[in-house]
Amino acid sequence: MCENCGCGLPGENPVGVSAQHQEQAHGHGHDHEHEHGHEHGPGHHHDHGHPHPHAHPHTHAHSHAEADHDHAHDASDEARRTVEVRRAILEKNDRLAERNRGFFRARGLLVLNVLSSPGSGKTTFIRESVRKLAPELKTGVIVGDLATDNDAQRLRESGAPVVQITTGTVCHLEAEMVGRALKRLDLTGLDLLIIENVGNLVCPASYDLGEDLRIVLLSVTEGEDKPLKYPPMFQSAGVVVISKMDLAQACGYDRDTALANIRRAAPTARVFETSAKTGQGLDAWREFLLQQHQERKALDPLAP
Amino acid sequence: MHELSIMQSALSLALDQARQAGAVRVHTIRLRIGALSGVVPDALEFAFEALTPGTMAEGAQLAVERVPARFWCVACTREFQSDDMFAECPDCHSLSGELRAGREMELASLEID
Repeated sequence: MCENCGCGLPGENPVGVSAQHQEQAHGHGHDHEHEHGHEHGPGHHHDHGHPHPHAHPHTHAHSHAEADHDHAHDASDEARRTVEVRRAILEKNDRLAERNRGFFRARGLLVLNVLSSPGSGKTTFIRESVRKLAPELKTGVIVGDLATDNDAQRLRESGAPVVQITTGTVCHLEAEMVGRALKRLDLTGLDLLIIENVGNLVCPASYDLGEDLRIVLLSVTEGEDKPLKYPPMFQSAGVVVISKMDLAQACGYDRDTALANIRRAAPTARVFETSAKTGQGLDAWREFLLQQHQERKALDPLAP
Repeated sequence: MHELSIMQSALSLALDQARQAGAVRVHTIRLRIGALSGVVPDALEFAFEALTPGTMAEGAQLAVERVPARFWCVACTREFQSDDMFAECPDCHSLSGELRAGREMELASLEID
């Protein structure tokens, strides 16, 4: 599904072999005059008339006809040094996420990043949330999908402005994509921004988008042990929403086990048991979001 | 699944740093990867092999240090290491929510010349 699966790799790397050969078999110590006693193949010409006091990576392309020479030069060892870096690999994404966050805060926007496996009911849950909140909070939605704008169309039924991000082959949203999508979304008068991430319980966990809260959905049809199978995602959740509660009985959902597993993987997350179909749990969810929005606004006295 | 793009970021950061340090070749790239980062070291290695040819890090070694998850137990007021990514205190068995380490994805150091 994603270009990051690593398809189309090159095969064995012949260069690696010769690089190693050069380094290990011919580590030249260059603080001495070269007195190679070996035979060089045709086309080889390096100047032995001067001393080599410098320490550079030794990349002589000479091919030794006989493998029995044993001069122990060592250029790379003496030149080798360690550079301490200690920087986050995703520092660029983290920086852009902070920029998004500042942008959101300045507008008093509450921002949710909604994550789950494909088919857990993110789109329907968001659509019903928008409807439920409509009297008090005006909501905008950014939705990420690998392909098609089907979800965006379904979300528009809620009346909310919706912007689609088609990620193509990328299996998660990144802060930069959200930043670009914001340019296409009229934020005037919006209180809440819901970002529906690509359906995937692994990759999106690593990417901060600048959200206030991560909402991880788990539908009753997925099996109670899902939180134990995907600990990084659940560990990062501020809220876990159990969806499709209307199907609980039909699929033999074990509520106690599910709640215990969620607790184990996400000890501090708030848990809501919901059904977008019957409306179960949506009042509590609405109350929670209203309260979060109030707290968000209180954080920035300049926000509208 | 996303290890290729993680490795792309790591490698571009590494090559930048190497160039700034005046390197002509990168021998080793050391990463620190947290148990709760969601990144699989084997998949990183795979991506590394795919991305390094033709760069200064061609033929380099990738060294991944796995950083275990560490949590703070409120009840025992101490930090503990988790071997299974879950936050259960080994002493009092309560579940702690306070993650202290384990999400890192860091370029730790480079060996260059």
